[in-house]
Amino acid sequence: MSVILDILASVGMWEAVLRIATPLILGTLGVLLCERVGVLNLGIEGIMTFGAMIGWLTVYSGADLWTGLAAAALAGAAFGMLHAALTVPLGLSQHVTGLGITLFASSFSYYIFRLAVPTASSPPTVEPFRPLPVPGLSEIPFLGPVLFNQTAPTYLALALVALLAWGLYRTPLGLAVRMTGENPHAVEAQGIDPIRLRIGTIMAGSALMGVAGAFLTLAAFNSFFPTMVQGRGWICIALVVFALWRPGRALLGALLFAFFDAFQLRLQTAVEGVPYQLFLMLPYLLSILALIVMARRARVPQALMQPYRRGER
Amino acid sequence: MTRVLELDGITKRFGATLANDDVSLHLDRGEVVALLGENGAGKTTLMSILFGHYTADAGEVRVEGRALPPGRARAAIRAGVGMVHQHFALAPNLTVLENVMTGTEPLWRPRSDRAAARRRLAGLAERFGLPVEPEARVSDLSVGERQRVEILKALYNEARILILDEPTAVLTTQQAERLFATLREMAAQGLSIIFISHKLHEVMSASDRVVVLRGGRVVAERATAETDKGELAELMVGRKVERPARPPARPGAVLLEAADLHVAGKGGAALNGVDFRLHAGETLGIIGVSGNGQTTLAGVVSGLLAPERGALRVHGAALRRHDVPHAIAAGIGRIPEDRNAEGVVGDMSTWENAVLERLWAPEFSRRGVVRRGAARAAAARILTDYDVRGARVDGRVRLLSGGNMQKLILGRVLEAGPDILVAAQPSRGLDEGAIADVHRRLIAARERGAGVLLISEDLDEVIALADRIRAIVGGRLSPAIPAERADARRLGLMMAGDWTEAETIEREAADAL
Amino acid sequence: MRFERRESASPALTVLAPLGAIGAALVVAGLLIAVAGANAFEAYGLILEGAFGSRLGVTETLTRATPLILTGLAAAVAFRARLWNIGGEGQFYLGALAVTAFGLVPGIAGAPAPVAILACLVVGALAGTLLLLVPVTLKLRFGVDEVVTTLLLNFVAILFVSMMIEGPLRDPLAFGWPQSMPAPDAALLPKLLERTRLHAGLLIALALAVAVWWVQARTVFGMRARAAGLNARAAGFAGVPLARTLALVGCLSGGLAGLAGAIEVLGVKGYVTTDLSPNYGYSGIVIAMLANLNALGVIAAALFSAVMFVGADSMSRALGIPSYIADVTVALSLLTMLVAIFLTQYRVRR
Repeated sequence: MSVILDILASVGMWEAVLRIATPLILGTLGVLLCERVGVLNLGIEGIMTFGAMIGWLTVYSGADLWTGLAAAALAGAAFGMLHAALTVPLGLSQHVTGLGITLFASSFSYYIFRLAVPTASSPPTVEPFRPLPVPGLSEIPFLGPVLFNQTAPTYLALALVALLAWGLYRTPLGLAVRMTGENPHAVEAQGIDPIRLRIGTIMAGSALMGVAGAFLTLAAFNSFFPTMVQGRGWICIALVVFALWRPGRALLGALLFAFFDAFQLRLQTAVEGVPYQLFLMLPYLLSILALIVMARRARVPQALMQPYRRGER
Repeated sequence: MTRVLELDGITKRFGATLANDDVSLHLDRGEVVALLGENGAGKTTLMSILFGHYTADAGEVRVEGRALPPGRARAAIRAGVGMVHQHFALAPNLTVLENVMTGTEPLWRPRSDRAAARRRLAGLAERFGLPVEPEARVSDLSVGERQRVEILKALYNEARILILDEPTAVLTTQQAERLFATLREMAAQGLSIIFISHKLHEVMSASDRVVVLRGGRVVAERATAETDKGELAELMVGRKVERPARPPARPGAVLLEAADLHVAGKGGAALNGVDFRLHAGETLGIIGVSGNGQTTLAGVVSGLLAPERGALRVHGAALRRHDVPHAIAAGIGRIPEDRNAEGVVGDMSTWENAVLERLWAPEFSRRGVVRRGAARAAAARILTDYDVRGARVDGRVRLLSGGNMQKLILGRVLEAGPDILVAAQPSRGLDEGAIADVHRRLIAARERGAGVLLISEDLDEVIALADRIRAIVGGRLSPAIPAERADARRLGLMMAGDWTEAETIEREAADAL
Repeated sequence: MRFERRESASPALTVLAPLGAIGAALVVAGLLIAVAGANAFEAYGLILEGAFGSRLGVTETLTRATPLILTGLAAAVAFRARLWNIGGEGQFYLGALAVTAFGLVPGIAGAPAPVAILACLVVGALAGTLLLLVPVTLKLRFGVDEVVTTLLLNFVAILFVSMMIEGPLRDPLAFGWPQSMPAPDAALLPKLLERTRLHAGLLIALALAVAVWWVQARTVFGMRARAAGLNARAAGFAGVPLARTLALVGCLSGGLAGLAGAIEVLGVKGYVTTDLSPNYGYSGIVIAMLANLNALGVIAAALFSAVMFVGADSMSRALGIPSYIADVTVALSLLTMLVAIFLTQYRVRR
């Protein structure tokens, strides 16, 4: 018992929560955008992998960290455009296309990675984002280091939650996006092209997924290795359901999730005799649990996975 | 009179079919014009071109003398054209205000002005007598209220020309009358209105002028005051189509009996204590506004939904298990409400669709293996006996027209010789020729001694086919009236739930037959 | 630009579609090879040579194709009924693990070979089925989308395997490296050719492909499953028991993936490690799509993938192009195949 209390009382544990949550926040927001406009994006796992790789590679070849993030965002948007081109105007199966994007993007990342680093036993590293203490606030005992001594991309992710919540619920564009996910015919009837809106929104969401991946190589770790995304993308898909497609709840879900993850990591080392794999399973099992709990309550965007073709009902 | 809208020589081709062939029509300020035509006459295509959903192959649309750029809905809206769609273009999860506001502000504005929008919506609602609650979720509204939202949406866009596509399809007679009164009021305030319809009585009562469309062409134009239903019917159909007459009923034993059926359903779709008896050799018509439980009722009788309370007795006994195979085995033939969604699997072949619901029968399978030869022979028989055109035994059903698809469904159902036939909206969306075919088949089944339960929103159809008529309202059935005493007015009152004591007595008399 | 549904796809188009798709994928991958500084034609030549150029190459390709046929069938069976089983990878591992665990049952090691083999295959299939039944049950009971649950369970399954081979099933004779105890000798599949890895599993996979094709094309169950996938509402109206059909499809699909794992252990490896599968489960999805969900087509699609994977290894050694180019090509061909299928169904109009 005291082990658990020790973990819960440690600053390191709570500091880790926000760090672990950051890629989940970014990824979940990305999925949320795509689904709000009516398109499932199972490409996320691969887009995150590619973002992680290209972000790292950009910085490794001499650019600065922000350029690395930008490169990841751009690459994400490009894969998003591919996904959108296949699923929106052509109306292909969103499930299969998304999986195809994931398989393509991840194998493509490994290919480029191997070209750049043909033979290295340990992957080369870059100098990652350093924590950026907020003057004044970071001095607050306990809360200071936990909340205000994070890296810049973490602050960015938090700001994006607020920005997206505002954008979706307070602006004409956000209303059009939500309407497209509910009934694209209604959007068309109001003179807005739902196809262009879908493509644009998917690209924006996928850009966030790319940044989520780059956070892994440029802030959480400092190098790239294959399979490093470890199903985080799939977890984001589950988190969006848990979040009932709302940005605020997405933040909450990501934090909750990161809390359990940080906790199990520390428990692993603290508790003897329990196989560590059981702890590692927790995030995946929790995601499934979240899906079960929310499945009945979810107010799914009505047009999710419904292809829209002009003039077809 | 100011000319507000002109369509000039509109031509539109889809593949091999000519949907609109050199169509021209005009609309003056303050005028209500009815666009009359059968399904497939090209009405909806024409209006979609006007509204910019489609681009015409030839021709021009002019609003107040200025040509509209083709294929741009936004331009049509800006020019003051508003469209009220047949399937409402609303998002049920969003509020009324959000539905109305979408696309009315510049997209990239950093903040929506909801307060101003709410004021403006309230003003319009007041001016045209269309009360709504701006913060209500559309999914919580009734069908009539949703239509109000659709109209307000167009008015909010400053529409001066309003196009309504089959606006009364989902309304009761009384609601429809109220709608047309509102349209009259709008016309008096200077708006110009086109409504699309295939119902002669509402065209006669609500329009100033009628344009008749047939096979993609304008075949006639009449001032409403100078024509009559008979002439319009002939113009619309192009020939005199005789719907088959119904010989007098010779009701026999009770085949199907429902006692106090209760089924929970979503919203208004529940059944709250339904009783009826269906006799051999008679047709019982169930009318009603959609969403009052007729889909659920059809589902229960078809074996899809088990009743939670009450009993459904077929030949005097409950089904051994209340599911589809047992319903079919008990002699219930089922014609589903939605051909494409329920009736057929579009991407499967004709023969597979012909036998799918009877695959368990020894005729069509042995030890789990499909008897393809027998199944294909049965399908071929249906294609010839029921005159299904354009179908091949191995071709995909998706390619059939609605009428031919319905004939295939009728064929597979009637081929099994059911004693009880449940027909839900059997002629919805069909043209006159196909409707006559369907009616002939239903009458023949009744003559053969089957009991037909006809669930339909088309009053003309029910009056033509049913021996007794009952209305379903809020999951309950009205008393029955004999078809001879049915007229649109009376049926409208029944559908609105206005039942009288006297008719209750009549029901008992009728059911005791 | 508009798309218009074709009245019917011509047979020629149906055959040409996958070839065109693979061709397009090869062109794009060729560009990637060229960008990396090698001659694409030379690379493809080397890939073909690696896969077909020698007795060893051919047998390796066929060995590699064996699990791919089975995971491809697993995906094709499920996708036909619109059951999105993306969990082939996890089911593969559980099937593999089950075989080695089953070897501990007294009597198996001493049983006659046919009995031991059959018992092991059944156990492997059951393990895969069991894992897929979890998401299928969640879907039917709670309406939980099976895509995400099957994906997540892949990670759980592999962690479980890792836990077992570092714990109760660990081979004490393997030095340090975590691997499972060996599968029972009696259950090992006979080799088809001396001094190669080619084993009888290939025959099992081919036979199953034919069997699955027959079930899909000729039986009541196959027709109902297809109807349920194409239009669940209409299938339900016609009396197809949707839940039961879906559960059965799940059993079949999970079983095939589990069987793939069991056969890989019994035919090739003899024991389980956490790198037993180079993404066989995920490749199965691509193969099923390339085959347009046709069970016999799966054989051809699996062969194509196997050629790419085996050939790319030897090409990579010769040219220094990362062998990941095979994964890239296969993934790309999934995307191009989707477009190709679309073009067989629609024609493009201006």
